[in-house]
Amino acid sequence: MHAIWVISKREFNSFFDSLVSYIFIVVFLGIGGFFTWLFGSDIFLIGQATLQPFFSIAYFTLFFFIPALTMRMLAEEKRIGTIELLLTKAVSDWQVILGKFIACLILISVALALTIPYYITVWAIGPIDHGAVWCGYFGMILMSMAYIAIGLFASSITNNQIVSFLLALFIGVFFLIIFDVLSSSFTGTISQILNFLSMSSHFDSISRGVIDSRDLIYFFSITFLGLMLAETSLSKRNIVE
Amino acid sequence: MSIVVNNLTKKFGAQRAVDNISFEVKTGEILGFLGPNGAGKTTTMKILTCYMAPSDGDAKVNDLSILEYQDEIKKKIGYLPENNPLYYDMPVLEYLKFVADLQGVPKDKIQDRIGEMVYVCGLNVEKHKKIGELSKGFRQRVGLAQAMIHDPEILILDEPTTGLDPNQIVEIRKLIKEIGKHKTVILSTHILPEVEATCDRILIINKGKIVADGTSDMLRKRARGEEMVRIQIKDSGNKDVVASALKGLDSVAVVDFVKESNDSFYVTSKENQNSRKDIFKLCVQKNWVLTEMTPIETKLEDIFRELTTN
Ligand SMILES: Nc1ncnc2c1ncn2[C@@H]1O[C@H](COP(=O)(O)OP(=O)(O)OP(=O)(O)O)[C@@H](O)[C@H]1O
Ligand SMILES: [Mg+2]
Repeated sequence: MHAIWVISKREFNSFFDSLVSYIFIVVFLGIGGFFTWLFGSDIFLIGQATLQPFFSIAYFTLFFFIPALTMRMLAEEKRIGTIELLLTKAVSDWQVILGKFIACLILISVALALTIPYYITVWAIGPIDHGAVWCGYFGMILMSMAYIAIGLFASSITNNQIVSFLLALFIGVFFLIIFDVLSSSFTGTISQILNFLSMSSHFDSISRGVIDSRDLIYFFSITFLGLMLAETSLSKRNIVE
Repeated sequence: MSIVVNNLTKKFGAQRAVDNISFEVKTGEILGFLGPNGAGKTTTMKILTCYMAPSDGDAKVNDLSILEYQDEIKKKIGYLPENNPLYYDMPVLEYLKFVADLQGVPKDKIQDRIGEMVYVCGLNVEKHKKIGELSKGFRQRVGLAQAMIHDPEILILDEPTTGLDPNQIVEIRKLIKEIGKHKTVILSTHILPEVEATCDRILIINKGKIVADGTSDMLRKRARGEEMVRIQIKDSGNKDVVASALKGLDSVAVVDFVKESNDSFYVTSKENQNSRKDIFKLCVQKNWVLTEMTPIETKLEDIFRELTTN
């Protein structure tokens, strides 16, 4: 446990050393704010106090940003060889993966926490469904966990950050749109399965304020699967042919 | 803490990078790992440090198998990998703290250990810089410092002195010797005098196999059974006469002229015999002036070449 935390701390600090975190937070807040207050379906137009526009845009922003945060986490360590140094310390492959996962999740949580002023100001304008807002934040966290796990997996199978970034986007886009689109072109069981795989249906129901165990299982399964695959590919060096 | 390696093999595809090697290192022993490029030194070290699993065989660190007790073993080993990979964006002190923390150094001891490492590795002037800003030699020192920060029982150093300046090389060798008195050290190097200067024992591997194992004296003896001396004889007149007289001695096998001189010879004794006494007596008897008699040691380089070519 201690080792996981030590690794998380280092990763978290390195976000701030490399300006990645500042760029991420500024852009995330900027885009979120722009769409909440100014653009298109903003609250003045629909005349209703809701954070729904913010969540929909954050949903896309995180889709792009998380791969950018995770792309170097394992790929770069493998490229310059520091992974060898790390894994010959008293830590296991799992601890390394979890440490990085947690660092990323904390950074995103910080960014989300910084949007709470949006919530408060919208609330000041009119009555707001508090339950839906908190569920929306919760859904954001769940979704981030899934994307971070996918990103770490992508980062674990290559030494190249760009490849890792593109691969994470590629896998992500299936959950974001492709399963959704496909499900409408099929019928019956296949359609249902594809619909279940699509992230948006799960996210939408949570952000409406309904937390169903099926949605939780969905997000946790993707997270677990992604992390497990990342661990497997990291420990590939141990495979005895 | 001892290391016992048993029939260790590592295959990469069809290649056997490490081929069925067995050896042992005892506490308080410094083992020098020699071998040409691609011999399998680094691979062996990666297996011993639990970075990679072997394809076959086993190694035991203090009776714990590397196949099972990775966590315990990793705590006891300090490892400096080959290309000294480090987090370039971290300041030296922060990095050392990170490693100490990971290796489970108790919180109240961390500052002391860092201070000590900064001192012994000569990092004081550069300690506030980021690692990426350091020169190659200073990075190497950081690599050494991080390997030793938790005061490990076992040190495994892959080419520890590359990139260090001559002063620092002497310092680090002294340090390794000091550490090696109570701990177990394995180091690989391509600098042969370094092995002689620091190691108690030498292991030479070639193409994944052990080709020699012993102290440098043992290796010398093995490489050349016969003694050889270089002698210089003045006031003898004809060198051919001297040569044939030397050849006439019972203990002498071969006499060669030294090219650049006309009164010097290489005299090789017969196996297990000593010719120096006979040579001296001969000179006294003939009234020749013996001005030089130097035993020729086989150079470690020659032994190395002999064992690792063809
Ligand atoms: N990950 C790997 N995949 C495939 N082959 C490898 C791998 N690592 C090492 N090898 C091969 O194993 C052999 C031994 O390599 P190793 O790095 O152990 O040599 P070395 O003795 O350390 O050489 P050097 O003196 O050059 O450092 C080499 O032929 C190398 O190509
Ligand atoms: Mg090597």
